[in-house]
Amino acid sequence: MATTTFYEEISKNKWKSALLVSVFIALIVGLGFIVGYLLGSWEWAIIGLIIATVIATIMAFLSYYNSDKIAMATAGARQVTREEYPYYVNTVEGLSIAAGLPPPRTYIIDTPAMNAFATGRDPEHSAVAVTSGLLEQCNRLELEGVLAHEMSHIKNYDIRLMCMVVVLVGMVVIFAEVMLRMFIFGGGRGRRDSGMGGEAGGWVALVMIILGLLFLILSPLIAQLLQLSISRKREYLADANSAMLTRYPEGLASALEKLTVKAKPFNRASKATAHLFIVQPFRKEAKQKASGKSSMWDTHPPIDKRVERLRAMSGLEGMYNQAQMEARLSGESP
Amino acid sequence: MWIVGVIIGVVVVLLIISIIYIYNKLIRDRNRVDNAWHQIDVQLKKRYDLIPNLVETVKGYAAHESKVFENVTKARNMGINAQGVGEQAQAENMISGALKSLFAVAENYPDLKANQNFLMLQEELSGVESKIAYARQFYNDSVMSYDTDRQRFPANMIAGMFSSTFMDKEYFEIEVEAERAAPKVEF
Repeated sequence: MATTTFYEEISKNKWKSALLVSVFIALIVGLGFIVGYLLGSWEWAIIGLIIATVIATIMAFLSYYNSDKIAMATAGARQVTREEYPYYVNTVEGLSIAAGLPPPRTYIIDTPAMNAFATGRDPEHSAVAVTSGLLEQCNRLELEGVLAHEMSHIKNYDIRLMCMVVVLVGMVVIFAEVMLRMFIFGGGRGRRDSGMGGEAGGWVALVMIILGLLFLILSPLIAQLLQLSISRKREYLADANSAMLTRYPEGLASALEKLTVKAKPFNRASKATAHLFIVQPFRKEAKQKASGKSSMWDTHPPIDKRVERLRAMSGLEGMYNQAQMEARLSGESP
Repeated sequence: MWIVGVIIGVVVVLLIISIIYIYNKLIRDRNRVDNAWHQIDVQLKKRYDLIPNLVETVKGYAAHESKVFENVTKARNMGINAQGVGEQAQAENMISGALKSLFAVAENYPDLKANQNFLMLQEELSGVESKIAYARQFYNDSVMSYDTDRQRFPANMIAGMFSSTFMDKEYFEIEVEAERAAPKVEF
């Protein structure tokens, strides 16, 4: 049942979001503790712990309440009204009815590149953005496919998970980098005066330093990998759900193909927000298609595989309600 | 002896909890169906509100096409006064047909086609049209998940116990043969 999977996915994603925040808070607190220790002594470690806890908590709250605005701002998106883009806003509203959700806010990114993304902390506080290039080059069915894909991200609570990833991963990377520098250039001074003399104390200190360095170097990497593994699986699922919403997998399939053929790099997307978009903003998709390989560092599965899966769905008999399809098609806008 | 009492007590409590859980889940499902039905009405009402504006705008350019306006207005009144699902569906199909011929007429008036107000109304109407289709789709999806939850064991027993609360819900089907056989649209 389509609806059952939706609800399972939602609770799974809510758990994941909570787990993610816990892991990141633990990571930050651990970083603070180790850096404090490396800088001086146990007293410093406690201070580092407290500071890191405060920072982690504040950042977690900020990311929960503001991640959508942060993501929109970094992408250079502006909010548009029904009067400016009736065609776009109507399509979004129609799909939100089909998904049984409140309509998300609508944003546009002025660029000839073709891409789209959704963001927010829950369906009540969600937003979608498309590039003006996508609006111009896709017909209504293709636009519906793309927006239905984004609507699935909203319905599945992928948006909450993804947005938290954006802010929290960014934070870990920055934090670790700053600390690493501090340690290399200025750190270690205080240890000579610390109260832990003797053989045993020396060994403990050495192990702590090695562990600490390892942790500092690995944490951005771990954060990055976590971000990637979260998003790739979600894309296939959102594609499938998009087909369920529009009852027309071919719309999204042909939109994805257009995105491949006319791929232009979209520079306003940063590494941190890359996984939000419907197709990967940086790497040349055409190149990826030619090689047929996907790398560990891709945020999205290869487009040709996604199109293949969508086309396989078009064969499903009885998935469409033909008459309703026609009713929508007759509304095709010039 | 008291152990048996405790076991029976625990079983009874668990039973009551699961009945409450299933009952509430079915209520949620049923309310979603009702809400989905209401969504269709909201969109239909929006269409009724748009039609007079559209007719006025087109009249300004093509006043002598009175037959078309009459059809649209008549279909709209039928829709507003319709009783029951079947009559409603029939009236809605009439509105769709009348609007189609209105837009076909508009094709002959280049000035009208360039009118900003007309273009806006045209976009709004085709938007509402697809929203109606989506609302019906969501209604049918909701009915399907309601039915699935209702027919599964052991929920079917609870649905049977409260059969006046968990009534059957009808699927929305398009009755008119002509609409079923609508031609394929190329794009």
